Amino acid sequence: MPKLTINGREVEVPAGTNLIEAARALGVEVPHYCYHPGLSIAGQCRLCMVDIEKTPRPTIACNTLAADGMVVLTETERVKETRRSIMEFHLINHPLDCPVCDQAGECWLQIYYMRHGLYDPRMTDEKVHKPKAVPLGPHVILDAERCILCSRCVRFCDEVTGTGELGIFHRGDQSEIGLFPGQELANKYSANVVDICPVGALTERDFRFAVRVWYLDVTKSVCPGCARGCNVEVHVNRRRPHHNEGRRVARLKPRFNADVNKWWICDAGRYGFKAVDDKTRLREPFRREAGTVTDASWDEAIAAVAGALERYAPDEVGVLASPRMANEDLFALRRVLERRGIRRVAFRVPPAVDGDQDEILIRADKNPNARGAELLGLDGDAAALLAAARARQVKCLWIFDHDLLASAWPEALVLGALGAVETLVWVGANANATSERAHWVLPAAAWVEREGTYTNFEGRVQRLRQAVEPLGQALPEWEILGRVLEALGAGARPPRAERWFRELAAATPAFAGLSYQAIGDGGQMVRA
Amino acid sequence: MTAEKLLMRNFDRADSHTLEAYRATGGYTAWPKAQALDPAAIVEEIKQSNLRGLGGAGFPTGTKWSFIPKNHAGPVYLVINADEGEPGTFKDRYLLERDPHALIEGMLVAARAIRSARGFVYIRGEYVEPWRRFAAAVREAYDAGYLGRGFDVVVHRGAGAYICGEETGLIASLEGKKGWPKLKPPFPAIKGAFGAPTIVNNVETICHVPHIINRGAAWFAALGTKTQGGTRMYSVSGRVKRPGVYEASVAITLRQLIYDLAGGVTGNGRLKAVVPGGSSAAILRADEIDVTLDVDGLRNAGTMAGSAGVIVMDETVSIPEALMVVARFYAHESCGQCTPCRESTGWIYKMCHRIVEGRGTKDDLDKILDVARRGAGTTICAFYDGAVGPYISYIEKFRSEFEALIPT
Ligand SMILES: Cc1cc2nc3c(=O)[nH]c(=O)nc-3n(C[C@H](O)[C@H](O)[C@H](O)COP(=O)(O)O)c2cc1C
Ligand code: SF4
Ligand code: SF4
Ligand code: SF4
Repeated sequence: MPKLTINGREVEVPAGTNLIEAARALGVEVPHYCYHPGLSIAGQCRLCMVDIEKTPRPTIACNTLAADGMVVLTETERVKETRRSIMEFHLINHPLDCPVCDQAGECWLQIYYMRHGLYDPRMTDEKVHKPKAVPLGPHVILDAERCILCSRCVRFCDEVTGTGELGIFHRGDQSEIGLFPGQELANKYSANVVDICPVGALTERDFRFAVRVWYLDVTKSVCPGCARGCNVEVHVNRRRPHHNEGRRVARLKPRFNADVNKWWICDAGRYGFKAVDDKTRLREPFRREAGTVTDASWDEAIAAVAGALERYAPDEVGVLASPRMANEDLFALRRVLERRGIRRVAFRVPPAVDGDQDEILIRADKNPNARGAELLGLDGDAAALLAAARARQVKCLWIFDHDLLASAWPEALVLGALGAVETLVWVGANANATSERAHWVLPAAAWVEREGTYTNFEGRVQRLRQAVEPLGQALPEWEILGRVLEALGAGARPPRAERWFRELAAATPAFAGLSYQAIGDGGQMVRA
Repeated sequence: MTAEKLLMRNFDRADSHTLEAYRATGGYTAWPKAQALDPAAIVEEIKQSNLRGLGGAGFPTGTKWSFIPKNHAGPVYLVINADEGEPGTFKDRYLLERDPHALIEGMLVAARAIRSARGFVYIRGEYVEPWRRFAAAVREAYDAGYLGRGFDVVVHRGAGAYICGEETGLIASLEGKKGWPKLKPPFPAIKGAFGAPTIVNNVETICHVPHIINRGAAWFAALGTKTQGGTRMYSVSGRVKRPGVYEASVAITLRQLIYDLAGGVTGNGRLKAVVPGGSSAAILRADEIDVTLDVDGLRNAGTMAGSAGVIVMDETVSIPEALMVVARFYAHESCGQCTPCRESTGWIYKMCHRIVEGRGTKDDLDKILDVARRGAGTTICAFYDGAVGPYISYIEKFRSEFEALIPT
C-alpha cells in the first residue's frame, strides 16, 4: 500500500489507486470531467492537473498512480492557473444556454466555473455550431453544442454495455458525439449516459423541461424492479407541484453501491416509478358487493378482514403473499398466519412472460424481495392454493398485490378460483384485474411512500425509505397487518417499520443481528 | 560539406528501386553482418553512432531501442512511420520510391536488434506511387528470401490525417481505431501496437541503419556533430532557386543549405524568414540563419530540427498570412481528443483570419500569445506544442507586420 503526501497530509491507499481517488480519500477534490471510476482512463479533459514534486509541469491526476513517497500538491498557483485555462477552453464554444438547460443546477461546467474558473470571458469570435435536441434513442436526447467531448458516454457504451452505439465523429472543434450509422441508443442501460454526462449535453427525454433540479428533494432507496435491488435516489418534486403534471416522483437516479449496482441502473428500473402517481393508484379502502362498490373506513375494513379470518377455519383461508412486499410486511403477515394457524400460504405466481436477465444487473425475477419471502418461510405451492380455491376448500382468499389474470396461469382457472371463493380480500397499491374482483380492497402505500427492507437475490438486506406521503388513505402493509393483528387480539402493534424489523431480526435466524442502523445505506448480508 | 551521399546515393539511377540495383550498389550486405551480431551489440552500435530520429522528435535511436523490455515473452513490433504529414516535408516519399530496399534492409537489422518478428510500414494515404514501389520491393524481398524467414513486413496505408503521423495516433490507426494519440505512460516501447512492445521509427532513420552496420558507428558519428551523427535529407521549399531534397551533414548551417545547396533566395531575392524543421518549428528571421541544423543546434536557437522541412520566405511573403495558413492547418488537423488543442486551434485560427482580413483588434495579438502559452504543455500529444511554435514565434518575431493590419 503506497503512502503519499497530498497537500501536506499523509494518506495510504491501495496499490493501483490514482491521484484523484487518493485525494478523494482525504476529502480533497481534484476537479475532472472525463475521469469516471467506472470507466477506463481517457485523459482527455485535462482538468485534473496536479503538481507532483520533481515533475517539471502539472500532470493529470487520473492517469497517475499513487506511489510511495510521492508528494502531491493540488492547489499551487500553477495548478490553479492551469485549471482556469482549461475551464476557459471548455467554455469558449459552449452555448451557455443554462436558462433553458435541464442540467442547470447540477452542471459541472457551472460548478467548476464557480469554483475554479471565474476568469473574464474573452471569446469574441463566432462559436462553433452543432446540432441541438437530437433524440438518440427512446430515453436520451443530445445537445451537441453543450457537449464537452469527455467521451464518458462513448466509453459507457463500449465498456459497460458493450453495445458501442456512440462515437465521436469529425475532428478538431468540429468533433461531435453521435450514433454510428443505423444505430439507436436503445440498450437496456441507455439512460445511464445521462447520469455520467457532466453537462447538459445528454438529458432524459422523460425528465426534459419537467422541473428545475433545485426544487427536487432526494431520498435514498432501492429499486423494486427486480431481484438485484439496485440502489437509487428518489427525486421528488414537492415544491413545485404544478410542474410536471403533478407527478410527485420526478426521476430516479442510480446510487453507488460497490456490491450491488456500482454506478448504474437499468432503464426498466429507472422508469418503473410511473405506477406511483398513476391513475390506477388506490386511495381508500372499499368493499364490493354484488358489483356495487362502497367506501369503507379503515376500521371497517380491518374489522371485516379480521372477522373473516376468525369466521373461517384456518384451513379454509388461503394467502397469496407477494415478493413485492417488504420484509417487515411479510413478517407481520407471518404473525397473522401464526396467530390463526393458517397454513395455506405461497408467494410465487409465475409471470406470463419470462423475465429477461443479463450479466450486468438485470435479473429474470422481477420482484425485489423473493429471497426475503423465502427466508421468512412463506414459500408454499401457489398452484395448489389456486386449485384449493377452485375446489372450494379455500373459502377466503387473501391476495397481496398480484394480478393473477396477468400471470402464466390460464385465465379460466384463475376466474374459476376467484369466482369460487366466498371472501376475496386484496391488498395493494395499484388496482388491477384481480383487485377488480375482490370483495375487500385495501390500499397499500407505494414503495416510495414507506419504510421497509428488501432482501436481494444474493441475500443483501437493503432499506427503502419514505420519500413522499402515501396517497389518500393508503398504508404500508406492515401497518395494515399490524392493525389486523390487533383486531385479532394480539396486543399493541409495533408503530414503525424499524420496530417490525427489530422483531423480525429477533425471531428469524437469517436476520439475526441486523438492524436499520447496521444496514445503513449500503445494505447487509443475511446469514448464509 | 557536400559530404558523400548515403541515403540518396542511388537516386540518379532510373532503376534504383529494384532489388537488382540495390544489390549492385552494395545493398543487403549489412544484413548478413547484423545477423552475426548479438541484438544487444546492434543496439550498442546504433547508440554509439549518435543516430537520432529524423521523423520529428530527434530522439536517440539506439536509446529508444533499448527501452524494449528484456526477456519479453510475447510479440514485439517494429513500426515504420511513413506518414510524412509535416507541412514542408517530402523526403520519405523519395526514399520509398527510389530506395525501398534500403528501408527493408534497415528494418531487418532493427527488427533483429529489438527481437521483432513483424514490422508494419504505415504509408501516408496520398502516397500512391511510393506505396506501389515499396510494396513491389517487399514482394521482391520475399521472393529473394530476405523477408519471410523470421521477419515479416505488413504494408498499411493511411487515410489522410496528419495526426496519424504522431506515433501513438499511428498505432491507434494501425489497430483499426480512430487515429487518436494515446496517453503516456504507457510508452509504446512497453505497450504499443496491439498491446505489444513497439518501436516506431521514421523511414529515413531506419534507412541509415545499414550504413552504420557496414561502416561503423564511429564513422557515422564523425559525419555530424558531437551529439548527432550522420547526414539527413533536407526538404527545401518556398522562395529558393532550386527547391528539392538535399542530403548533407546534420552539421551544416541553414545559410549553407539555402545559399549553397538550394541556390539562394527568389522572389525579391531578399530573405525574410525561414522555418527550419517543418511547420511545427518556430520561425527564424533572416539574421538567425547562421545556425547548424542538428537537433541541438536548432534547439539552442529556440526552434527545432523536426523533420528538416525547410520553408524559405522572401521579403514579399506576408507573415500574418503565412500564420493564418498554418493556423488553419492545425485547426483542421487537431484530432479533437483533448480540450486545449481541440478548442484553441480553431479559436486561434479565427483570430488570425480576422487579423488578415483587417478585422483584428488591439488585444488580439496578446490574446493569441496568451492562449497559446496557456495551452502549451497541457495536451495529450505534441501536436499542440507543434502548433504553439508558429503561433508564438511568428507573432513575436514579426509583430509589427501584424499590427500594421489591425485598424486603429
Ligand atoms: C503531430 C505529429 C505528427 C508527426 N508526424 C510524423 C510523420 O509524419 N512522420 C514521422 O516519421 N514522424 C512524425 N512524428 C513524430 C513521431 O511521433 C515519432 O516521434 C517518430 O515517428 C519517431 O521516429 P524517429 O525516432 O525515427 O524520428 C509526428 C509527431 C507529431 C507530434
Ligand atoms: S450544460 Fe451546463 S453550462 Fe451548458 S447550458 Fe447546460 S447548464 Fe449551462
Ligand atoms: S455527451 Fe456528455 S458524456 Fe458524452 S462526451 Fe459529451 S459531455 Fe461527455
Ligand atoms: S494535442 Fe491535439 S492532436 Fe494531440 S491528442 Fe490532443 S487534440 Fe489530439
